[in-house]
Amino acid sequence: MELYQQYPVRLRINGQDREFNVESWVTLLDLLRERAGMTGTKKGCDQGQCGACTVLVDGKRINSCLTLAVMQDGKEITTVEGLANGEDLHPIQQAFIECDAFQCGYCTPGQLCSAVGLMNEGQAKSRDDVRELMSGNICRCGAYPQIADAVVQVMDLRRSAIDHDSGDKPAFTTGAVLA
Amino acid sequence: MNPFIFTQSKDLDGVLAALSAGEARPIAGGTNLLDLMKEGVMRPSQLVDINGLDLDKVDIGADGGLLLGALARNADTAYNPLVRERFPLLSSAILAGASPQLRNMASNGGNLMQRTRCVYFYDVGTACNKREPGTGCPARDGVNRQHAILGTSETCIATHPSDMCVALRALDATVHVQSTSGKRQIPFADFHRLPEDRPEIDNTLQPGELITHITVPQADRFIAHSAYIKVRDRLSYAFALVSVAAALDLDAGGSIKAARIALGGVAHKPWRIEAAEERLVGKAAGEAAFAAAADTILQGARGYGHNDFKLALAKNAIVQALTSAARGTDIASGSDRDPEGDNA
Repeated sequence: MELYQQYPVRLRINGQDREFNVESWVTLLDLLRERAGMTGTKKGCDQGQCGACTVLVDGKRINSCLTLAVMQDGKEITTVEGLANGEDLHPIQQAFIECDAFQCGYCTPGQLCSAVGLMNEGQAKSRDDVRELMSGNICRCGAYPQIADAVVQVMDLRRSAIDHDSGDKPAFTTGAVLA
Repeated sequence: MNPFIFTQSKDLDGVLAALSAGEARPIAGGTNLLDLMKEGVMRPSQLVDINGLDLDKVDIGADGGLLLGALARNADTAYNPLVRERFPLLSSAILAGASPQLRNMASNGGNLMQRTRCVYFYDVGTACNKREPGTGCPARDGVNRQHAILGTSETCIATHPSDMCVALRALDATVHVQSTSGKRQIPFADFHRLPEDRPEIDNTLQPGELITHITVPQADRFIAHSAYIKVRDRLSYAFALVSVAAALDLDAGGSIKAARIALGGVAHKPWRIEAAEERLVGKAAGEAAFAAAADTILQGARGYGHNDFKLALAKNAIVQALTSAARGTDIASGSDRDPEGDNA
């Protein structure tokens, strides 16, 4: 007999259906790292203050440290391991490399998932908006200007792809890196 | 976290029955409750997940009033086109709070139920009258930079951390609650309370009651002139030292027909002094009138050492918020950055 009750949790993680039995207090973050063996998602503060644990749940970015795995039963989870398509990096991953948007890399998985969530939300209209809407992800190496550059670069790429189709949307300029 | 029993319910009556039994606490976004449980500040023996309840609507009625479901997420509320257009002050206030990830998770009901971010409340190794009544308040003589300057008591100088609630107070919202014994409406002014000699009680929600929704009366007169100013130690993603929700209704000549001013970061509840607003009526919108209003609002304010600066800061923030509101609403973009600079 189990000492504590186990709860069944079914998740679709990066396109794969997975089943777990976990205690009530296991966070989504701990499930991903310790039960699913997916350590790409990082535990920084474990208090929702740093954003290193950011993942996408049904396409929305959240702090996986502040939700219980049992509350996410049936949901589709995307972690940093699920962004690339095989050997082809996600455009935001490629942009992080091109823009030199990380140093130690610890915050990067959360930054990448957060950036994808930001683009899904569609609320950022300027570089300042990107800075503000990436503020839930702390980078102690201080790569913020390059992180903003990378996000803006991908948004510009997507915008120009749209321009190519419809022709009437202005490009979203990166502007100078002032810092 | 302490071990606890977890249940989920899609049935409001079932949830209310579980809550009335006394042991269970509701969980929605979980962003504050789980954090407090990890720290051992809160140790519920049972959680009931209420995310399956049909309480996530955001809608504007025929009378122009706003209905906010308790389970609608902060982000979905702030970015709702109707809320942005008709209640820009509320949208701005919500977007000034937390981070995008947290706003995607946090529910409107949970925003009201947030507990203080006082470091002593959070640290179970210290005394705290809010956490353990009767043990004392180390904040009074301690590190109290974040703490209250208004409505404090001998037992507690904590602040309520919400931004959204400051706008809801300014806009005369009503909190709708339900329990097994029926429904009740609580004016926003009476929802959060001052610490007095019971700092462990944050609000007037009774045991067994659940917030179902929040309503805000039509506020079209304030659409053109509102502003939410939040002063904090960094540009984003930090709790307010002082925040101000300001809304004005101006006549063609620039005279004030009506004003609303509420403050965050200064008290155990959103702070509003209606008498200051009444005195603004008929006055020309300008610094003299705004500074006089600030003096009325801040009457009786006192610092505790590290937060003495808040007295001057609050006055300046009130004047700045009203000045900004008079100039015209800056449509909420999720960014209050200075367009001139990018101080990475």
